[in-house]
This record gives sequence, C-alpha cells and structure tokens, in this order.
Amino acid sequence: MKISEKIIEGGLFSSAVITILTTIGIIWVLLSQSLVFFKDVSIWEFLTSTEWTPLFTKKSYGILPLISGTMLTTLIAVAIALPLGLCIAIYLSEYAPRKFRDIFKPMLEVLAAVPTVVYGFFALTVVTPFLKNIFPEIDTFNALSAGLVMGVMIIPMVSSLSEDALFAVPKSLREASYGMGATRLQTSFKVLVPAASSGIIVSVILAFARAIGETMIVAIAAGQMPNLTANPLAAVETITAYIVQVSLGDVAHGSIEYRTIFAAGLTLFAMTFVLNNVSFFIRKKYQEKYD
Amino acid sequence: MTNVQINRLKDQAFKYTGIFCTLIGIVLLAIFTGSILMDGLSRIDWQFLTSLPSRRAEKAGILTAWSGTLWIFGLTALISIPIGVAAGIYLEEYSKKGRLSSILEVNITNLAGVPSVIYGILGLAIFVRTLHFGGSLLAGSFTLSLLILPIIIVSTREAIKAVPSSLREASFGMGATKWQTISYQVLPAAGGGIATGIILALSRAIGEAAPLIVIGALAYVPFVAKTPMDDFTVLPIQIFNWVSRPDPAFLVNAAAGIIILLGITFLMNGIAVWLRHRWQKKMNW
Repeated sequence: MKISEKIIEGGLFSSAVITILTTIGIIWVLLSQSLVFFKDVSIWEFLTSTEWTPLFTKKSYGILPLISGTMLTTLIAVAIALPLGLCIAIYLSEYAPRKFRDIFKPMLEVLAAVPTVVYGFFALTVVTPFLKNIFPEIDTFNALSAGLVMGVMIIPMVSSLSEDALFAVPKSLREASYGMGATRLQTSFKVLVPAASSGIIVSVILAFARAIGETMIVAIAAGQMPNLTANPLAAVETITAYIVQVSLGDVAHGSIEYRTIFAAGLTLFAMTFVLNNVSFFIRKKYQEKYD
Repeated sequence: MTNVQINRLKDQAFKYTGIFCTLIGIVLLAIFTGSILMDGLSRIDWQFLTSLPSRRAEKAGILTAWSGTLWIFGLTALISIPIGVAAGIYLEEYSKKGRLSSILEVNITNLAGVPSVIYGILGLAIFVRTLHFGGSLLAGSFTLSLLILPIIIVSTREAIKAVPSSLREASFGMGATKWQTISYQVLPAAGGGIATGIILALSRAIGEAAPLIVIGALAYVPFVAKTPMDDFTVLPIQIFNWVSRPDPAFLVNAAAGIIILLGITFLMNGIAVWLRHRWQKKMNW
C-alpha cells in the first residue's frame, strides 16, 4: 500500500477519534470542577438539602429543587408527546394513504427543527396567556406552559421512531391478525404495538432525555425559582435554566457560584447518559427479534 | 349493534383520532407562525436590519445579531464539515468490525444525546478558559462544531452505506486504490445524502442559543465582528434577550427577529428535503 494511502487513513482515523476526545473532555471537565465544588459542599447536602440558593447571601446547595423542576416539565412534555406521537405513528403506518404520509411526515419533522428559543417565545406570549384564562391563579412563569410546548417539540421524535418500529414488524403478523377478522385498530393495539414495544420504548426514552436537556424553552417560560413542588401552575427552575441564569450573570471565574454550574451540569449529564445508554441497550438487544 | 359493527365503528373513530393528532401539531405550528408574523412583520424594515442593539426598542436592530449568525455559520461549517465527513468515511469504509469500532459507535450515539448546554460547559472550560479564546466567535464555532459532529457523522455514514458495493468493486477491478475509489466513486455518489445531513446540522447550529450563552456570548455587542477573535452575539441570543425584558415593546422586536430566524431555518430545511428527494431518486440504481 502506498504511503499516501496510509496518511489519508490516519487523517480519517484521527477525525473519528475526536468524538472520543469530546466525551472524555466532557466527563473530565464536569468531574474535575465538581470535585473542587464538593470540597466546599458535602455531597450529602447536595443530594438531600431541599433548598438551592447559591446566588443568595444565605447559601444552600441542595440540587433537589432543580431536579424536581426538571422532572416536572419533562413529565408534562412526555404526557403530551407519548399519546399524540403514538397515535400519529399508528395512523401513519397502518391507516394513512401513502400520499398523506409522504406529505405530512416531513411537515411534522419541521416541528423538531424549529429553534427552541422560538418555542420559548410561543410558550410565554401565547400559551401562558391562554392558560391564564383557564387557571387564573397561574404564575406568569410556570412549568405547565413550558412543558406543554416542549411536548409539541418532541412529538416528531416519538412519532418517527415509533413508526419505524411499527414498520419493521413483519407483514405476516398483520396478515394473520386480519385473517382472524380483526380490525386495523385491534391489529394495531393487540399485535403491532406489543410486537414493536421495544422500539416504542426507545423512542419515549430518547424523547425523555431530550426534554430533560432542553434549555431555552424552560429558561424563558418556566421561571428562575428553584422550587421543590409538583404544582404545574407554579414557577420552577430546571437544571438547564439554572446554568443559563448563572452564565448570564457576572459570577467570578473560580468562585463557588461558578462551580455550581459544573455540579449541576454533572447531574444533568448523568441523567441523560443513563437514559441514552438504556435506550441503546434496548435497541441492540431487541433489534433482531424478527430477522 | 353487533360486536362487528362496534369494532368497525371504533376503527373508524381511531382513524379520525389519528388524522386529528397528525394535524394538531402542524396546526399549532401554523397558528404560531401566523401570530408571530402578525406581531413582528411590520417591525422588519431597513432600519431594523442595519441598526445596532439599543436600550430603546424602536431604535434597536439586529445588525450585530445576523452578522454574528453569519460568522458562526461560516466558521462552524469550516470546522465541522471536514472532520465530520472524514470521521464518517473512516467508520463506514475503513474501520474493521471490532472493539474499537463498537466503542466509537456507542460513543457517537451517546454524544448525539448530550444536552446542548453541556457542550456549552465543555466549550467554556476548554476553548474559553484553557485555550484562551475568550467569548469569541472562534470559541463559539468550535463548541457548536462539537455539538453537530454526531449529526454529520451519522448522516455521512448512512449516505455512504446507500452506495452499492458493485460501484466499489468495479473501481477496485480497474486497479484503483482504496482512497481513489472513495474520492472518485463513493463520495460523488453519496454527495447528495451527505450534503443533506450537513445542511440539517448547520441549521441546528444556527438555532442554538444555550451553549453560546454558557461560553459567554454577549447579548449586547455594540459593533460588527471583524475577526474570529471578536466578541459576538447571534440571532437566538438577541431574541432571548428581548423576550426576557419586561417592556412589551421588545416583544415586537423579538417577533421580528424570530421571523428572520425561522425564515433561515425553514429555507435550510427546505433545501435539505429537496436535496434528499433528488438524491434518493438518483440512488435508485
């Protein structure tokens, strides 16, 4: 083999290695800065204290309010996106005429391409005033509005991946079901959805992870009030919104307030990392079920 | 009614539920785009496009924001396209099935799921602090490049995978080397698919605000950036800044800025869909 061929292969290889370095970089940055943070704040306080007030005079470093804010908005989003996304997936793969599907599937995917700051504007200026008519006691910044809009954003994630999973179910299963006299609805829910369940679960987990890491919608519409609550009408603060809040303020580099974003980032990374790996594991394990 | 009739009725009911669900997202998007057009369209004029940011809403403009977005677009493309395409080629054409390739694969899947704000933290520690780029265009572009690399790599791999192996074999049969085969046969054949992925990835980069806020991009930049080492702002950050002000006059500015940003996003996605469509037709060997 010529030397130039070897050099090219080496160049291509080092480009691929950059992705590994990125992961190492993320873990190293988050861990090293967090370790310094945990010299000042005990891990016990971080994980169990119920107040998060690093930017106030009376400081407290309990991550729980940020986690609860993150989970609250995420659960609202998934509660919207799961039923809608699944209905869309079943409709598009089992009912819809081909033409309808070819037109509307790309249109749905546009929902995921809209910049999130735009969704944030929508939540604050359209959805929140609308919700105020229904719940007069709702805060101007609230978890419900941000969660609902985030749900719309992740619909295409659930619908596309679930549709792929339904599509991969072998034809023979459908035909056997129709042969027994079942309707499309019965076939969908009693045969296809169970058969495609691993793919559908993967789509929901990925949508969940996406909602946990979403930043601008919650930073604009959910508020900046660390709040240990399950009340969707109240203002909350998510982990991501806190990181943005600190980045916008003038916090001195190297101070403990500065390091809180690394500890918060580490928590966020750990949550999405676990979800992504669980989904990867499910996909690998169940992928070849029907081959 | 018999059981059969009831079941048929349920079946029909679900059909309409399905249509309703499919349309509701699109209808919401349409309502929303319409309401933004109503709010902001009248605000877009020459003055708005060519003015610096200002504390007075009616004098403020998006000159620094759109020029920053243009800079970020160009620099991010320069950094991410060669690396992403090269990595995709390596994974699809060179890497042997084994431990290393499966680690690379799991890792890229994982990176695609890392929240964008975490990339901001990485960029802050590496590019801003360690390499001393400061909150500059260069730091922002490197950060966004890392963010979109997984998208470019995955779409490059899929485009290359779609090229039939007969093409490679014919080229090898003519005595071409591996790299000659890739650069003269595989890449041109996969080009449309790769370009689609690149455009979608760059459109994602242009819409990002969170990682750039974390690396310290400013909301108020009183000049147009001239070199990659200058401070900058981008459209999404400018919009975020206007949305978070209490004075409702700034919401009109935000809506106008969103029209521009959405225009760019939809245009890029449209081009990508068109390219993919054309390419898939061509790829029916």
